[in-house]
Amino acid sequence: MTENEPLHFHYDVDGNNFTSAGEASVQVKRMLRQMGFHPDLIRRISVAMYEGEINMVIHAKGGDADVYVTPECITVVLKDVGPGIKDVNLAMQEGYSTAPDNIRSLGFGAGMGLPNMKRYSDELKIDSVVGVGTTIEMKFLPA
Amino acid sequence: MIVYKHSVSLDADKCKGCTTCLRRCPTQAIRIRDGKACINPNLCIDCGECIRHCPYKAKKADFDQWDSLDRSKFLIALPAPSLFGQFANLDDTDYLLQGLMDLGFNDIFEIAKAAELVTDYTRAYMQRMGDAQAPFISTACPVVVRLISLRFPTLRNKMVPVAPPIELAGKLAKERALKEHPDLKPEDVRTVFISPCPAKVSWVKNTPADKECYVDYVVSMSDVYFRLLSKMDRKKTPKVTSESGAIGMSWPSSGGEASALMNDHYLAADGVENIIRVLDDIEMGHFPDLKFVEMNACPGGCVGGVMTVENPYIARVRIRSLQRYMPIVQNRISLQEGEPIPREILTVEPGEYSSAELLNADRAQSFRMMSEIERIWKLLPGMDCGSCGAPTCRAHAEDVVRGESSLDDCVIRMREQLKALQKEDGKGEES
Ligand SMILES: Nc1ncnc2c1ncn2[C@@H]1O[C@H](COP(=O)(O)OP(=O)(O)O)[C@@H](O)[C@H]1O
Ligand code: SF4
Ligand SMILES: [Mg+2]
Repeated sequence: MTENEPLHFHYDVDGNNFTSAGEASVQVKRMLRQMGFHPDLIRRISVAMYEGEINMVIHAKGGDADVYVTPECITVVLKDVGPGIKDVNLAMQEGYSTAPDNIRSLGFGAGMGLPNMKRYSDELKIDSVVGVGTTIEMKFLPA
Repeated sequence: MIVYKHSVSLDADKCKGCTTCLRRCPTQAIRIRDGKACINPNLCIDCGECIRHCPYKAKKADFDQWDSLDRSKFLIALPAPSLFGQFANLDDTDYLLQGLMDLGFNDIFEIAKAAELVTDYTRAYMQRMGDAQAPFISTACPVVVRLISLRFPTLRNKMVPVAPPIELAGKLAKERALKEHPDLKPEDVRTVFISPCPAKVSWVKNTPADKECYVDYVVSMSDVYFRLLSKMDRKKTPKVTSESGAIGMSWPSSGGEASALMNDHYLAADGVENIIRVLDDIEMGHFPDLKFVEMNACPGGCVGGVMTVENPYIARVRIRSLQRYMPIVQNRISLQEGEPIPREILTVEPGEYSSAELLNADRAQSFRMMSEIERIWKLLPGMDCGSCGAPTCRAHAEDVVRGESSLDDCVIRMREQLKALQKEDGKGEES
């Protein structure tokens, strides 16, 4: 890699293993600590990424998480080939959720995932096509 | 930077370099170098897991030795409540307390007594703070405090600042002795904590320079256990009586401290790996309704401390049957509604945060190192076999990049390279 090329980390988010959801964000957290990013920034990234990871597991049967790191910007790309989001504006509303009851009984599906991803990232792009899949890109800028 | 003083160390003569501790260390602080285990002081949290698992007893904790107690002083025993779960046929805690007196202590101040006060103060603290910062995390286990300081900087403001029972017990014990014996001078009074774990030794050692430490000696529970066994006498009526209630006695079992708060929204986790998982989840905001988090490094709580003698589950049952005949609480604080908690009670401060895992202080350099780690990691077999001296292939890649070991320390990779060479040689001969 050259100096200006971002570091790239890839994770498979396993849609069949509910209990492993959130593992990628924990690994990213450690890596960012090793590189000396500020704890508050790391927390924003890990919370937002965790929410995205969970969404891929509960709504889209898993997907890919890619993290690109430069000193100026951390980009998290979450890509799945799940059912897609019908109405993104609606999905972004606090409390909106289509999660089934069994997921809710586990404490997920409060409808705060996407709003939190927006709140904790500096930039959020959602690209979703029904029946094709969803790609979410979040950017985080060190203060 | 303040240097953390440890209590767990290696007896190199006994160490066989077997890799057991390497695999067991929950913070990956151990490496095998030149056939011996080495502990990285920046990552070690003094949990004692290596002591627990070393088959050669090569890991040790520096407790004060029984014979080193200065008998010319007024010695006060501070028995941890887990001690009461160590003995079969103990149906009344007073027999154990009398046994301590017969061992030569001048006074006793039960940790469980102080724990009841800590419970009250914690409840008051949570009330005054409201829910905005919840969940609040217990700071009674020193391993947890160190772990949060090292790895969870954003959770530091959730730590309950109330002094842990050991500190409050030491303080109150000394105050009481000086009051009851006006002839004693402060330097004549010495407190002796009877500890289930090395972590409490570290707690004492790391008292900030500007703070008074109220605990003078920390002796190991297993050491005292054998001495007490021969002293405890069921035929003699004890002259001392327990000053603790069932609430204080519930602390050493996981969940006891939390349930004592009478708040249903709590979580109790035990075992370092579980704790790390829970802290990760809390950091990600995963538990919405939680008010209090109790954490104990040891499996089952302090009854599972490395220096205990009895199986933690048995100890727990014994303590439960002792509790049945104890008053619910014997110690309460008297704070008026809204009255602030005295400053001298709120003493816990998280250690200074500096990422122990940081690759390099220079950002650009740590980036180069990270990319090198990724490259090397992909060259390794991914077996996490430990024969290179690092607990995982990832850790080995990091060590190589930090310049602490060599890629060639991976025997699996060496063997594969050798095989490839032999194959090539073979081909050469054929043609
Ligand atoms: N990756 C995804 N694929 C399909 N639908 C999604 C995805 N992520 C979010 N959604 C939809 O958006 C809704 C809101 O998401 P979120 O705010 O995270 O709430 P929750 O996950 O608690 O339901 C979800 O209930 C779901 O209908
Ligand atoms: S759980 Fe208890 S015995 Fe174990 S390290 Fe923490 S304080 Fe010590
Ligand atoms: Mg969600």
